[in-house]
Amino acid sequence: MNSAVLPQAITSEQRARAVGTGLWLFIGVATTLFSLFLVAYGMRMDAADWSPIAMPWPLWLSTALLLTGSVLMHRAGRAARAGRPEAARRLLLAGGAAAMAFLGSQLWAWQALIDARVVLAGNPAASFFYVLTALHGLHVVGGLLAWSVAVPALAPALADEPSATWRIELCARYWHFLLVVWVVLFAALGWLTPEIVRFICGRG
Amino acid sequence: MAYADTEEILHDPHTFITKYVWSQDHKVIAVQYASIAILVGLLGLALSNLMRLQIGFPGVFEFINAERYYQFVTMHGMIMVIYLLTALFLGGFGNYMIPLMVGARDMVFPYMNMLSVWVYLLSVIVLLASFFVPGGPTGSGWTLYPPAAILPGTPGHDWGIILMLVSLVIFIVATTMGGLNYVTTVLQARCEGMTLLRMPLTVWGIFVATILALLAFPALFVSGVMMLLDKTLGTSFFMPALVSMGQVTGYKGGSPLLFQHLFWFFGHPEVYIVALPAFGIVSDLISVHARKAIFGYRTMVWAIVIIGALSFVVWAHHMFVSGMNPWFGFFFATSTLIIAVPTAIKVYNWVLTLWRGDIHLSVPMLFTLAFILTFLSGGLTGLFLGNVSVDIPLSGTYFVVAHFHMVMGVAPLLVVFGAIYHWFPKVTGRMLDDRLGHFHFWVTFIGTYLIYFPMHYLGVLGMPRRYYNYENYQFIPASAHSLNVFITVVALFVGAVQLVYVFNLVWSTFRGRKADPNPWRACSLEWATPDTPPKHGNWGAKLPVVSRWAYAFNVPGAKQDFIMQNAALDAGGVEEQPKSYGASS
Amino acid sequence: MVIAIVLLLIVVGSVLFHWLTPWWLTPLASNWGKMDDTLSITMAVTGLFFVVINLFVVYTLWRFRHRPGVRAAYQPDNKKLEHWLIGITTVGIVALLAPGLAVYANYVQPPEDAMILEVLGQQWQWRYRFPGAGGKLGGTDARFVTGQNPFGLDPADAAGQDDVLVMGNEVHLPLNRSVKVLLRSHDSLHDFFVPQFRARMNIVPGQVSWFWLTPTQAGRFEAMCAQLCGIGHPTMHGYVVVEEEAAFKAWLAAQSTFAMTLAPAAPAAGSGPEALSARGRTLAQTKGCVACHTIDGNAGVGPTWKGLFGKTETMEDGSKALVDDKYLRGFIRDPKSRDIRGFANVMPPIPMSDDELDALVAYIKSYGSEPVKQ
Repeated sequence: MNSAVLPQAITSEQRARAVGTGLWLFIGVATTLFSLFLVAYGMRMDAADWSPIAMPWPLWLSTALLLTGSVLMHRAGRAARAGRPEAARRLLLAGGAAAMAFLGSQLWAWQALIDARVVLAGNPAASFFYVLTALHGLHVVGGLLAWSVAVPALAPALADEPSATWRIELCARYWHFLLVVWVVLFAALGWLTPEIVRFICGRG
Repeated sequence: MAYADTEEILHDPHTFITKYVWSQDHKVIAVQYASIAILVGLLGLALSNLMRLQIGFPGVFEFINAERYYQFVTMHGMIMVIYLLTALFLGGFGNYMIPLMVGARDMVFPYMNMLSVWVYLLSVIVLLASFFVPGGPTGSGWTLYPPAAILPGTPGHDWGIILMLVSLVIFIVATTMGGLNYVTTVLQARCEGMTLLRMPLTVWGIFVATILALLAFPALFVSGVMMLLDKTLGTSFFMPALVSMGQVTGYKGGSPLLFQHLFWFFGHPEVYIVALPAFGIVSDLISVHARKAIFGYRTMVWAIVIIGALSFVVWAHHMFVSGMNPWFGFFFATSTLIIAVPTAIKVYNWVLTLWRGDIHLSVPMLFTLAFILTFLSGGLTGLFLGNVSVDIPLSGTYFVVAHFHMVMGVAPLLVVFGAIYHWFPKVTGRMLDDRLGHFHFWVTFIGTYLIYFPMHYLGVLGMPRRYYNYENYQFIPASAHSLNVFITVVALFVGAVQLVYVFNLVWSTFRGRKADPNPWRACSLEWATPDTPPKHGNWGAKLPVVSRWAYAFNVPGAKQDFIMQNAALDAGGVEEQPKSYGASS
Repeated sequence: MVIAIVLLLIVVGSVLFHWLTPWWLTPLASNWGKMDDTLSITMAVTGLFFVVINLFVVYTLWRFRHRPGVRAAYQPDNKKLEHWLIGITTVGIVALLAPGLAVYANYVQPPEDAMILEVLGQQWQWRYRFPGAGGKLGGTDARFVTGQNPFGLDPADAAGQDDVLVMGNEVHLPLNRSVKVLLRSHDSLHDFFVPQFRARMNIVPGQVSWFWLTPTQAGRFEAMCAQLCGIGHPTMHGYVVVEEEAAFKAWLAAQSTFAMTLAPAAPAAGSGPEALSARGRTLAQTKGCVACHTIDGNAGVGPTWKGLFGKTETMEDGSKALVDDKYLRGFIRDPKSRDIRGFANVMPPIPMSDDELDALVAYIKSYGSEPVKQ
């Protein structure tokens, strides 16, 4: 019945803090998720049928693209904070493009493996490879969804939109997180061996 | 923490749809969560009655064959633990109480909050759909252990298990969305004066439980995804080389124990996700209805936090006889028995709150007292099962069934009932019928005790769980079968009486006696809203300002026997600050 | 005050129940008496806490019930009391944990001279294996599992040739000799649990788990499966006969070895219908039929054979069929060909030669009656 605006609702600054905290929490959840998968990966290595797969070379390209994306996002955040919305918009778009290119490169890596007849079932190392890269890729897609919300905030008409800065900075934070996860996954998939696992678990 | 003027407008619903269906108001969402949870819980109750019919009267009800029996067992367990208790405590109570108790207008992410309840509903629909697919729902036990869960010989090993796992994944998405809300709201949206150590224990219990949920459900997600892949795409995460029903399968190298580790890494914190909110609520109910500050508030907060943290290092006490590395048993027995200490402290403090109190035997207080007895009983039997060598002959028997029902089913459910009787006047502006409440209480309390207390002894005897029937087992005396008949009859009666409770809920919502805004004369903020039930935005024009903790009962020198949190500072009742380290006492 | 009285009654009633209950541990038949002792200690300590705390609550409810004009005290904390309570609780916990872990240390370290028994859990029956004269169990693998070789023994492994195989549900053990029980399965989790032995362990496909005990009482004990393994889980009913060493040795000598099961089946002594039926009875054991089919009239996972031959069976779709020779043979050769109402369609195809099939059908027939043509 009463359609008046409620006073003392949430300010933009509070919203920035809230979404920032929410993002940290989500990063905590996703870290737990990937850590548990890695633990499962390490435990599964213990079986007699473990046969590691070689990393397809596009993964190096993927890493470079994700790193580039992180750098671009970081600079986008700096530009926004320094009051240079035009530069911020360009860098934000570029950062998103880098993430999309990353996904493309990952799919290319998958194709390389499939061509080498390394498929999901039949080899547990391959199973983990596909599952872990797919899961990470899905998290990148999620990041792109959030990014797509940040982008309109930078349309020239909304250039003074104060929420733009913190939205971009949070995108950058998430991009950095995805990069760290990717580096750890890549290292584990490529270089973690049953011997190392046994050493860590004290049974080496 | 001064709050500047508005820049963003809080969601502001006008139409029926935006007010009651696609609502972003935490109170509406809470009622939606609670309603779905209670409805699906009634289904879980019905399933348990069907199970008991078979156990008490084996073979009499022909439609309960072995396949269906195991499907009932599985769906009953999963519904009760996940879709009822977790959803109700976090989504129901968490959503309703947190913003009100911390003085916020709503959750910090109202849109995501709305999404979470609809995603929860979707997960329930997918779960229930498994009743209608070829093969029916999975009959692998709520623990879903591979390899049997995805192989012939277990009911629902095709579509049933797939839908179950998909439903769980969807539920985990919903819980994560909700969880981000509850934690962020507690951390960021408390009103002026509401420090963390002034929050009521209800909020602390739900807050820590939510953190547990955010960190534990990923383990269920991981194990669920891997089992789905094993089933649908032939991977071998959990499946070793197997010969199933005479056929060699294509699996090899996987580890069934890996699933169990992942599942229980989730599963143990899960029981605290259910228990911690119950603990918090009990503290508040006791202090209000005994007109006395909760004894040892800070210790209670620490206990909740420590129990939450320790809950992550006890999981393999569910696996003492699993065939895992036997040396793990030493560690997990020790950690499990250590967690008993902060839990015991909480029990002492509840009882010490009653001591020298002014105890009103209202329906909420009755349920709280029943909780203390049943939780004590259930918790103590946990010490048997946590002590590894005592667990060896008890694992897989009715001792375990009695323990977890007492401590997860009976005790928290008694808290749910008490809490709803307590907060119903806030939510609806009316009181629940008192006579029906007493009737519901006595039948439920005495009935559940009669069901589960003797059951422990069947377990000591060695009677195994998850048995469709006990034909030809000579070591089980006829008297044990008679006890099963008794338990079944009591269970059916208690089950039926819950319908009286549901009737009370519905009837009183529309015809209950109109309530005072603060009928129990409680101190916490939710009772200080300008309207009852609270309107959208909760506080009207101005957010509350808090000057004290939530337990200013019978403060010496005060006129009334309670002082509300947002009363002016000069009303007194400010909590004692802990003495600084090193000061003389 | 009703609640205080009820709580008091519950405490008294629970204690009385405990003293009078007919449902307690089965008589111990193994060396694990210390587990029972630790259980009793736990019962005593927890029982003490249960009674004391509840009686305190009862007293408190009566003493501090609401009376008009009387107010509650203000006592939000008492650090000293908290510390005492933490201390007492910790002592209680240690009193439980110490004996518990001591017994467990014993449990995880079997005696070096323990004899070996292997239990094979299978959906839904038990089989057993002893190392033969060579003292070593032969290697196994899932890829060797057939109807003929349910243990999956590697025929090329010399150590396995003398393994003693017990195909039925009953195994014997010698009195007073420690035994390390090795546990294996090719299909599902199981758990070999004899309540009187107290010791037990889950069986996990893909690995070998174990437990150990020393049987101290002679007798015939029931073993059950204690880890859900599908719809036949409650029907996995095994038996362990504990007897004097001499009797055990005699029984062991009468069992077949792996080598003997590999040899072509000798023609049955005599070939009359009785001999045929007797051979069928053995086959019902060795092929695993008894896991799901009884001969006493009770339905198991599958229909009982008592009265089966000659009856008219109803299918899932309502059609009827007469159970005669043709029906039985066709069904055993291809169990998926029919969907019997009231039973899950999980029977595996069991490989057997034609004259084995003859013997089995003869055996099943012996429990039925002549089919009455409709």
